[in-house]
Amino acid sequence: MIAIVDYGVGNLFSLVSSFRAIGAEAKLTSDRKEIEQADKIVLPGVGAFEDAAKKLFASGLAEVVVAQAKQGKPILGICLGMQLLFEKSYEYGEHRGLGLIKGEIRPIADVVPKDYKIPHIGWNKLEFPKKNELFRYLVGDNHVYFVHSYYATKCDESVIATTEYGGAITAAVANKNVYGCQFHPEKSGEVGLKILKAFTEV
Amino acid sequence: MITKRIIPCLDVKDGRVVKGVNFSGLSDVSDPVALGKYYSDHGADELVFYDITASGEGRSIFADVLRAVAANVFIPLTVGGGISSLQDFDRVLKCGADKVSVNSGAIRNPQLIYEAAKLYGDQCVVLSVDVKRVDGRFTVFAKGGRENTGLDALDWIVRGVENGAGEIVVNSIDTDGVKGGFDLEMLKAVSDRVNVPVIASGGAGKAEDFVALFKALPKVDAGLAASIFHFGEVEIAEVKEILAKANIPVRR
Repeated sequence: MIAIVDYGVGNLFSLVSSFRAIGAEAKLTSDRKEIEQADKIVLPGVGAFEDAAKKLFASGLAEVVVAQAKQGKPILGICLGMQLLFEKSYEYGEHRGLGLIKGEIRPIADVVPKDYKIPHIGWNKLEFPKKNELFRYLVGDNHVYFVHSYYATKCDESVIATTEYGGAITAAVANKNVYGCQFHPEKSGEVGLKILKAFTEV
Repeated sequence: MITKRIIPCLDVKDGRVVKGVNFSGLSDVSDPVALGKYYSDHGADELVFYDITASGEGRSIFADVLRAVAANVFIPLTVGGGISSLQDFDRVLKCGADKVSVNSGAIRNPQLIYEAAKLYGDQCVVLSVDVKRVDGRFTVFAKGGRENTGLDALDWIVRGVENGAGEIVVNSIDTDGVKGGFDLEMLKAVSDRVNVPVIASGGAGKAEDFVALFKALPKVDAGLAASIFHFGEVEIAEVKEILAKANIPVRR
């Protein structure tokens, strides 16, 4: 069973549906035991970093996720959920994350040319600086759906996919059993479902 | 490089898609789930559903329809039609919408954009504007294009973006239904003023109209159309093929 951590942010309907579509059993939960007993954990998230981090820490679920990750359980962070895996974010101030992946979250505006639109919204192509099991079902060109205004940086060693938006933007990361996608696999058509399927099999 | 999006728009009344036609392999053309899946499988980058039902009963059928679509289609879903409060946002987001499109509701209550953006994020709020030239000025119309609000369209759109609208749908009443191509003059005026994604609507009659749009206005992010796709006059795959040939980046 895959536990999708429900800590009160975002709309998780599509995420549950997309796991169902690939034949995986996934459950929305905020129950500590259920998360501990799950085979895999998905950390979702939309909205602002500070608010999400507060909810995650206050609910005690942050420490559960960190403990499970350290025991080797596969974890997938999606969008803001990926950003929360990092050490810190500079979204409106400076906020602490889970520290499972080395690096930090900064505004895209810091790196893209001025005439680029922010948020980075839409379908963009993945590039793979190194191989990862998350992408084992992908062939040819792979476009995925992004919606974000902040990006992960100072994380060269864990970057497994980038996308071109006025420069190479971190699209996915992995640190052993901890994975993160900046894009929304549950909104990225067939390509996204293939990535989720690969995660269910790691 | 971000790709240009092609977005079919489906009007739903009492749970059924209005104006469907026969596609090969699609037995029920007015079933929103079947049609949504068809478009998704054939290259649509996003789907827009407009609820054109007025009754409360129709609204609850729409919620069921939305849930069924969201459970079966894994591309972004935008929902519009009768959105006038945060409760309306909540209602459609809970059923699986990713973005909510506001139009007349925001004209009646401009604060709605700000409040929704604060609660759900800018990316969730799409400002849809029906625009018509009146005495040479781009003017906002409400209630499906029936009522002249007297608002200057460019001012209204800029204000909407300042309040947190994350995307703008510009529907030109002047070119809508004419099928002579998108309203390039109006779209240029809007994209020169805002730095959020602009979605062109109204006027697409053939695949080449999308090429003309993105060639003339590289700042426009997406093209939205209803009837040409529903009547099977143009396939989305065909639009994408000729866009790719014209070196315009698309997802295929």
